[in-house]
Amino acid sequence: MLLKCVLRDLLQEKEVQKNLLQVHLNGLLQTDDRIAHKEITRQLHLENVVGDKVFGSFAENLAFLLEALKKGDRSSSRPVLFVLDEFDLFAHHKNQTLLYNLFDVSQSAQAPVAVVGITCRLDVLELLEKRVKSRFSHRQIHLLSSPTFPQYVDRVRTQLSLPDDFPDDKFAEDWKASVKSLCEDKSVEDVLKRHFNSSRDFRSLHMLLMLCLSRVSVSKPAIRPADLLEASRHCFTDSKANMLHGLSILELCLIIAMKHLNDVYEGEPFNLQMVHNEFKKFLQRKSNSMYNFDQPVIMKAFEHLQQLELIRPVDSSSAKTQREYQLMRLMLDHSQIMEALQKYPQCPTDVKQWATSAFA
Amino acid sequence: MTALLEHPGYEEERLRRAAEKLPCRELQAGMLLSLMGQPQQYSYPSIFIYGHRASGKSHVMQVLLKELELPHATVSCVECVSVALLFEQVLLSFFGCDVASLLPRSPSLSDFVRIYRQQCSQTPAKQTRYIVMEKAELLRDTDANLLPALLRLQELVEDNVTVFLLSEIVWDKFRPNTGCFEPLLLHFPDYSKGELQQILSQDRHPSYSAEFYSSYINILLGVFYSVCRDLRELRHLAALNFSKFCEPLAEGKVKETDTHKLWRNIEPHLKKAMQTVYLREVSSLQWEQMQQMEEKESGALRGLSAHTHVELPYYSKFLLIAAYLASYNPARTDKRFFLKHHGKIRKTNFLKKNEKTSNHLLGPKPFPLDRLLAIFYSVVDSRVAPTASIFSQISSLVTLQLLTQVSHDDQLDAPKYKCAVSMDFICAISRTVSFDIVKYLYDFL
Repeated sequence: MLLKCVLRDLLQEKEVQKNLLQVHLNGLLQTDDRIAHKEITRQLHLENVVGDKVFGSFAENLAFLLEALKKGDRSSSRPVLFVLDEFDLFAHHKNQTLLYNLFDVSQSAQAPVAVVGITCRLDVLELLEKRVKSRFSHRQIHLLSSPTFPQYVDRVRTQLSLPDDFPDDKFAEDWKASVKSLCEDKSVEDVLKRHFNSSRDFRSLHMLLMLCLSRVSVSKPAIRPADLLEASRHCFTDSKANMLHGLSILELCLIIAMKHLNDVYEGEPFNLQMVHNEFKKFLQRKSNSMYNFDQPVIMKAFEHLQQLELIRPVDSSSAKTQREYQLMRLMLDHSQIMEALQKYPQCPTDVKQWATSAFA
Repeated sequence: MTALLEHPGYEEERLRRAAEKLPCRELQAGMLLSLMGQPQQYSYPSIFIYGHRASGKSHVMQVLLKELELPHATVSCVECVSVALLFEQVLLSFFGCDVASLLPRSPSLSDFVRIYRQQCSQTPAKQTRYIVMEKAELLRDTDANLLPALLRLQELVEDNVTVFLLSEIVWDKFRPNTGCFEPLLLHFPDYSKGELQQILSQDRHPSYSAEFYSSYINILLGVFYSVCRDLRELRHLAALNFSKFCEPLAEGKVKETDTHKLWRNIEPHLKKAMQTVYLREVSSLQWEQMQQMEEKESGALRGLSAHTHVELPYYSKFLLIAAYLASYNPARTDKRFFLKHHGKIRKTNFLKKNEKTSNHLLGPKPFPLDRLLAIFYSVVDSRVAPTASIFSQISSLVTLQLLTQVSHDDQLDAPKYKCAVSMDFICAISRTVSFDIVKYLYDFL
């Protein structure tokens, strides 16, 4: 964002517009140096110079590029701006050749080059090799946004407001008033406070506002506090609890049995045999034949749980051991299970009691 | 029931048709529509939809995109074993096959984005383009940068494009460790019992009344609901067993309204179906044939897992028995079981504290080859020479996956094995050689 604004401002100057060459690279796309070189050639419009010259090797291509860059000197050649998005991924390239060369060109008196790297990693300098690091100018701009809460609310207001040149004046007025009243609402403030406390970046805020705005329609032209509440509830739902809600009774019983095993043996991994044994203990105590399932049916439920990655094998050598003796770990929290049980539709009372009676 | 989908920018007729095809999913479809906005508006860059199997994720997407005739590409990540196939499919359905052939052999993401950009600068999108990735959990196993790139594809190609990811697994398990653009999460909840009943009742048989069919579905759900909530599986079972349910009706024994008698007739049948068809022990075709043949009691046909009896050579049987004993008995007890003058040792004396849990609960333990052979010689009556054939039988038991080799580091020198057969299997084997294995098992003393 910042870079785009700066570039836009820069490009408004005639002199710059005529002279500056830009090369945009992204660490996600240009995954190795060969692809990056091709991309540089393309963006500098050197393809016709390269023409039919087939570069036998990657080194020749590099040499050509460097040649082109080196030919110029400070006074005559056009400056090139390299923008490396996801800079940390470039540091994973083999030998960091690209970075080395770019920094090298920028250090020595060759074509004027600026390299701007964008990354989210604070320790990106540690990733660089020593020779690359020494050529880097160590100038860093940290964009650490730490707004206060009033600033945050202000931000919400400016995000929601319509631009000044909106054609329909009357609607713009109404909208402005509605946003103003929205921001002053007490319940809205609570919701925003909660979001502010969980994360301060604006992208999660955008997601929240997007969800609100998607509820605005012709019949309902303003955002109401209820919409915001609904959207925030949507953002904060625990997805695993959602998945637990959809399990069948048998699968839920297995999870409770696993929970008991975890409690008794303090987080040791378990296998299907143990879980089944625990489940059978419950059935014996209840002397209720309602849940008397065969071993294969239980195995099928167990495998479904594994597919949902609610349980995970300890070691991944699946072919070697029998399925019922493979050691597993439960990927759920104690509280998550209990909460899911509370919400579970038509949960039988004896199952609920079994879950609460720990060490039984 | 049909709260009609409403959204400006789409034709009402089409929305109505789409709503008809989406029973019990109006809320989700409405939410999706409002997020997608009008066709020419930009939508959120990536939306992640999760929910259980057969909760209508891809169905809703397909119906919406097809009925409203939006430009879309549906890609199943199971099919796309390489990224090249994925790119080709996307380009193919957006721009036609000329463009898809522009891709070089073994294309990178960079190539894909370049071609996409070129194309959309020539034919800019009037409507949002949608890419639907089914079974998105497989994306995690491909290149590490594919998933983050797809999530911010809108920004990378600078086009009005939205990526939908459909998966059974929650988003928390997807997040790469360096972070990425967070998609909008959307949950498709499971169908409740009432909703399942409603959907299943839709495909009723034309020659019977609607109430009749829905009472059948009710019985079916009563048996299977506690085990299975998969709509597809239930539908399959409903279709299979319906003819059996109608049988007394065809014979004229009962009337349609006599639900109790019908229930008494079908219930044991359904219970049997749970043990057989639900586990795919008996294939659906066999099940249907069984229903036709009255004299054959259903379930009398032996299923897949009943064929556990394997013919083995005499020594192989004993080797397997010895392996089973070595796996499930602790080594300390060998002396007691297999030596003649072991003296009187009671079980309680050598019960150690941590060995109270049965070995059959913990699974087989590895044992060295020497121990296997020692037990083998003591259980086989006659003298057996340790010939090459004995050793080759051991290794062929490994290839049959009746034994497994535990440590792979040394093939020849002191390999360790585990026994990988079940209790029932070994009992059957030992019965054929008239060997009482239970007497030798530590757990059953």
